[in-house]
Amino acid sequence: MPRLKKLAGAILTLAGVGVVAGWMLSAPTKIDPQVIAAAGSGDAAKGERIFNAGGCASCHAKPGSKDEGRLELTGGLALKTPFGIFIAPNISQDSNDGIGAWSLEDFAHAMLKGVSPSGEHLYPAFPYASYARMKPADIADLYAFMQTLPAVGGKTGGHSLAFPFNIRRGIGLWKRLYLSNEPVVTFVEATPEAVIAGRYLVEGPGHCGECHTPRNFAGGSDKTRWLAGAPAAEGEGIVPNITSGEGGIGEWSEGDITNYLETGFTPDFDSVGGAMVEVQKNMAKLTPEDRAAISAYLKAIPPHPNGYPPRKQATN
Amino acid sequence: MRKLIFAISILTFAVSAASADPVLDRQQIMKERGKIVGELAKVAKGEQAFDAAQVDTALKALQVNAEKFDADALFPAGSTDGDTTASPKIWEDMAGFKATEDKYLADVKAAAAAAPADVDALKAQVGVIGSNCSTCHQTFRIKKG
Repeated sequence: MPRLKKLAGAILTLAGVGVVAGWMLSAPTKIDPQVIAAAGSGDAAKGERIFNAGGCASCHAKPGSKDEGRLELTGGLALKTPFGIFIAPNISQDSNDGIGAWSLEDFAHAMLKGVSPSGEHLYPAFPYASYARMKPADIADLYAFMQTLPAVGGKTGGHSLAFPFNIRRGIGLWKRLYLSNEPVVTFVEATPEAVIAGRYLVEGPGHCGECHTPRNFAGGSDKTRWLAGAPAAEGEGIVPNITSGEGGIGEWSEGDITNYLETGFTPDFDSVGGAMVEVQKNMAKLTPEDRAAISAYLKAIPPHPNGYPPRKQATN
Repeated sequence: MRKLIFAISILTFAVSAASADPVLDRQQIMKERGKIVGELAKVAKGEQAFDAAQVDTALKALQVNAEKFDADALFPAGSTDGDTTASPKIWEDMAGFKATEDKYLADVKAAAAAAPADVDALKAQVGVIGSNCSTCHQTFRIKKG
């Protein structure tokens, strides 16, 4: 009996240590304020490029809006994923319902660390796992640009997630595993500048890997199959393999990729579809140099076979 | 005897249904469409010399192709099985699907009637026509492996 008591005590102590350790390990961390201060006050004109590269409007514009309406960042788009339904929030300049009251520091914490001004973890449906690789100066420029956009009222509804994903604190542990500002693909010295510039756009603001890379059970990107394509997080179908591996775009030239990003047409004149339609519209607003850099990077990364299971053969 | 006739009629019905495979038919139309748009795009981008007669022929072919697109015949209820990338949204919103296709047809007709006289005029028409492709594929197609 005393032995049993001892054992129970040991288990309780261990559990207690586990809870405390888990609590400490999951604590939200913010970015060093000095890093943000060094980024300067930001240039709105430059920030527009980052806004387009980052595809902010794709999720945060009012669903169904067009042209200028894409700059009204009311949120409201529902992302139906295996973890539950995420609702893109209002990130317009409204100081109550949007982010109009956020300081540059608040904004940088959200973009680079996935932490809200009140110190809570944000869900990685907001792709800060990619944005974490962005340069602080670009964050400052983006902040300046977004301040020029309209304030539109209207709070969006909350996410509806299944256990255990509804426990925000748990995201802290997820971040320990998957949040890094290091580049995914490392290149040898003397790699062409365009490839490095493309890496920044693809792995950072462009957050291409969020959809084009398969995820593991915990929702982390599987970097051993970087950009190999994945089952669509939302609904049916797949997101294509954009490496040069089997099933990918190895037959596309750099010019083909650049042209696709600009016009939405594949080399055999099929067109862009699905969620990529909005992405391509953003890519079309970048400079030809930026699109060429993205292409150069995609042709330079390690090839992988498709990151999604083969299609079921037709039964009829 | 009666049984035999019945069996044969069932069989012929089955065969005729199988030979008119709407999935294959619609894929055929889309492939042809892509080819013609590709020809026009090459000229619009300046990769091929502008030849008014050639452009005219291509635009008319594109119109014939667009007119062949009969949503009821090509997308009958239940033609979601097999080797298709058609989204279930087509059947959930048939009216919206048809409206998208109608707008495409109207834009192609307008381009053919306008008979672009130079590269810039063609470029504008190809831009208008091309925007329909992604609009429809955004909602009504699912990418599959």
